[in-house]
Amino acid sequence: MRISTLAVISCFKRGVLILPKHSQPTMSKALQRRETISGYSFLAPSLIFFVGFVIIPMFICIFLSLTDANMHAGTTIFIGFSNFAKLFKDEVFLDALWNTFVIVVVSVPATCAFSLWVSSAIYKMHSVPRSLFRIIFYLPVVTGSVAVTAVWNWMYDNYTGIFNTVLKGIGLIDKNINWLGDSKFALGCIILILFTTSVGQPIVLYVSALGNVDQSLVEAAQVDGATNLQVFWKIKWPQIMPTTLYILVITTINSFQCFALIQLLTKGGAGTNTVMYHIYFTAFKLTEQRGHFGYANAMGVVLAIAIGLLSALQFKLAKEK
Amino acid sequence: MKTSVERVTAYKVISWILLIVLAFLFFFPLYWIVTGAFKTGADIYAVEPAWFPTEWTTANFEKLFTMRTVPLFELTVPFSGYFTESGKPILLATGPAIPAAIRWLINTVFMAVMAMILTCITAAMAGYALAKKRFTGRAIVFGLIVCAMALPKQVILIPLLKEMSALKLIDNLWAVIFPTVGWPFGVFLMKQFSESIPGEILEAARIDGASEFKTFTTVVLPIIQPGIGALAIFTFINSWNDYFMQLVMLNSSKNSTISLGISTLMAETTVDMGLLMAGAALAAAPIIIIFLIFQKYFTQGITMGAVKG
Repeated sequence: MRISTLAVISCFKRGVLILPKHSQPTMSKALQRRETISGYSFLAPSLIFFVGFVIIPMFICIFLSLTDANMHAGTTIFIGFSNFAKLFKDEVFLDALWNTFVIVVVSVPATCAFSLWVSSAIYKMHSVPRSLFRIIFYLPVVTGSVAVTAVWNWMYDNYTGIFNTVLKGIGLIDKNINWLGDSKFALGCIILILFTTSVGQPIVLYVSALGNVDQSLVEAAQVDGATNLQVFWKIKWPQIMPTTLYILVITTINSFQCFALIQLLTKGGAGTNTVMYHIYFTAFKLTEQRGHFGYANAMGVVLAIAIGLLSALQFKLAKEK
Repeated sequence: MKTSVERVTAYKVISWILLIVLAFLFFFPLYWIVTGAFKTGADIYAVEPAWFPTEWTTANFEKLFTMRTVPLFELTVPFSGYFTESGKPILLATGPAIPAAIRWLINTVFMAVMAMILTCITAAMAGYALAKKRFTGRAIVFGLIVCAMALPKQVILIPLLKEMSALKLIDNLWAVIFPTVGWPFGVFLMKQFSESIPGEILEAARIDGASEFKTFTTVVLPIIQPGIGALAIFTFINSWNDYFMQLVMLNSSKNSTISLGISTLMAETTVDMGLLMAGAALAAAPIIIIFLIFQKYFTQGITMGAVKG
């Protein structure tokens, strides 16, 4: 706690230093000072937690990524960027990076397209069926990753799983498939679960965005004889663009962070290792390897930069359109 | 004209059918949890899947509640962990033994409620300040908050563990609560809500001689109340389901949350699906009921957070 209070104070000082340029001409100095004091008094409780448990860990992460730190004490030596250099020669990491990339590339467009279709099918409905559909598609998110994983684990099960019994029953397969143990299927199975747990929020967002589309424009286009498809692409699509952008960003971040499914189902086996799981594994399970904690933090920094770049890229692409 | 109408209806019928089928598929895992929890072993291992339990049993739940016990509570000398050699606090008293699953539920409720209350208080105050106060450094603070929101939350969990062990909070529910409160989404959400407070009302309160704090409690709070409702339910559900954070911070059975408890069951038994489904049902039921009751607020929170996101 002591550290975080200090950081709040330093943040406060930085804020004051930058003051003169932006101070509003209409405010007297005394009023300005009063606003500043009351503003920071209201901000203080929140800033203590924010700085203490978000900003400071961020700096610890960057710092540790440049060292050979271990989780349990021992000496820590500053080793510069060699963790990062090692990363890009580490085949397990590159493999995990590739798997994460596959998950993102498959699940993000699928999630966006699916939720857009569901939303455009339900947003004009009467409020009761609309809420009902929205709730059903949101339920897998609320259920929680552990409960969801537990049931999918059973559904995929080699002997008692519903997938094998049903597919065998209708004659699609003739031998039980070990869904989560076979590297041909495992990643696809993970993506399917991830998909069902990530369409809920986009649907809520799209339903609300489509409901806010300027109806007079839609009517004007229909009077002019535009087809439904034209109305959608020329009028609705540009208006819901900000929502699409937001959904792209949050879905990308979510897919990148896919962790619980991997940790509970495959433990990174059968070609399903992801960066997030690999970070966890390196930080907590590879405790004998020297410098593992610093190494895990270096991976965290790379992941954060990758997500940041991808979000920025999506913003830029969407702005150009 | 007629053909166009017919085509529209045909499309509508198809999309309705498709929607209903999809809704069933999305609902199926939940259905499978609930029915699986009440199935007998014979149903679970049946060659032909039992779509509906042929015989309802509570044996799975009985097993879940009797398999492991932990003390209801442990009273320790506050902060004594800082002074003992092992770092473990000094025990004053131990409560009666209760089923571990009950203790997990109590822990989870405590964690989610505390995170919710603290987040609502701090975020409401900070959001109001960011929206309505013209103070120096406001742009910097807000910029920092927006940047942090784009940061993957799970990445900071690893260094957060280092910090928590320095604060002697490992295996303590507060280690899960504090970072949840610190996550800036709530502040962002409350800022969006507070933008709508008319400046004249605040001015009027000031002229009437109300103190800053009085203005906040009597004028601001009633206006942003729906926003606080949305944030409360949002934080509650997210905190309840934040498995990764719980996994990293907590490690003993008596301090586990329900998600964590069920995940240890999953690691221990790979074949007793009935028991696992009972655990999953116990973990999911409370949060689903809460979601269904407050889902209006929840939807509002999701959409508000996205505006100008």
